[in-house]
Amino acid sequence: MKFILIILSSAIVNNISLRYFLGTCPFIALSKSLRAAFGMGAAVTFVIVATAAVNYVIYYLILLPSGLEFLSFLVFILSIAAIVQMLEIFIERFLPALYMAFGIYLPLITVNCAILGVSLFMVLREYRFLDALAFSFGSGLGWLLAVSSMAGLRKYLALSRPARLLGEAGITLVITGFMALAFLGFTGMLE
Amino acid sequence: MRNTVPLFKRKWFTIFLDGLWDNNAIFGMVLGMCSSLAVTTTAINASVMALSVTAVLVISSFLLSCIRKFIPDQVRMVVFMLVISTFVITVDFVLRITVPDISRALGPYVGLIITNCILMGRAEAFAIKNPPLLSIMDALGSGLGYGGVIILIAVAREFLSTGSFFGAMLIPGWPAWGLAAIAPGAFFVLAGFTMLFNWVRGRLKNKTS
Repeated sequence: MKFILIILSSAIVNNISLRYFLGTCPFIALSKSLRAAFGMGAAVTFVIVATAAVNYVIYYLILLPSGLEFLSFLVFILSIAAIVQMLEIFIERFLPALYMAFGIYLPLITVNCAILGVSLFMVLREYRFLDALAFSFGSGLGWLLAVSSMAGLRKYLALSRPARLLGEAGITLVITGFMALAFLGFTGMLE
Repeated sequence: MRNTVPLFKRKWFTIFLDGLWDNNAIFGMVLGMCSSLAVTTTAINASVMALSVTAVLVISSFLLSCIRKFIPDQVRMVVFMLVISTFVITVDFVLRITVPDISRALGPYVGLIITNCILMGRAEAFAIKNPPLLSIMDALGSGLGYGGVIILIAVAREFLSTGSFFGAMLIPGWPAWGLAAIAPGAFFVLAGFTMLFNWVRGRLKNKTS
């Protein structure tokens, strides 16, 4: 029950892209087509859980006992880059169908701040291991939800004529603002 | 001889101006959005963030440009990341000691400077190909362009939500528009600034052509 609460809270109430602004660059760049958005979202969810697990072990078993927690930024980003690289090779070799679906998004993920952000939040909030897994899974799902619904909404822009001065990025920001307003309605649903 | 070239036609100045205005990171290329939205609740926080990003950008661009001939092409991304995260750790320490309150308010977003696309972007697009002094100018231009914009956004959001400017109350009894302080307001304010920027740029283009 506790895990379901953590997943719901991180996916909906405290959505990482609409409340903490993590991963906004790919959010705006990749929400042009639903297919790309869903592929990237699935890849992000997968990588977030994998990196959170590995970074948790590294932080609590290696960095903290040896008093090196100030190196966490450096170690986290290196482990994320390494995991993404390994996943890419592994998926290409053993799961070619999956690779066709979201393989091209994997290299982009290293610089998606949602990944590093979730690892940093996990340490900051002092989660236990399973809670951290639930939190990272929920965050990934939340990003997937946000970017997919954004792509769905942007389809309708072709039929309307927003102010020309806003440009493509501007109108996306306005829509994101309204989505964030809608998600604000969930505040207070969970503690 | 060299002094006869007007200031705005010198190479280093055009590079500086390009990062500052023409290819502004936030409006021109939609880079570095996370931090521009997350830390702009108050003008002080945004100024500290702007200063940190500019410092990391200038130092890492200078260093990478100095050692650019020795970096093997295949592993350059890893080298960029190592250099950048080293300086981000340094900046984090400096902030924690000098301004502990703001450092706590910024929270994980200081660490997230590492994944700010502007840093990797400038290293890959400029510092790796150009001599150190030009790289410093490029980094300074991009950093100040980014920093100036996030400070502007923060001033607007702080004024709308509390009626104050850098913590000093301007209009007592301002009807606090709480929305500006939270997430949706951030998106709307940034969209408004994008509109303003496009308008000004359109006007300037019409004048020169």
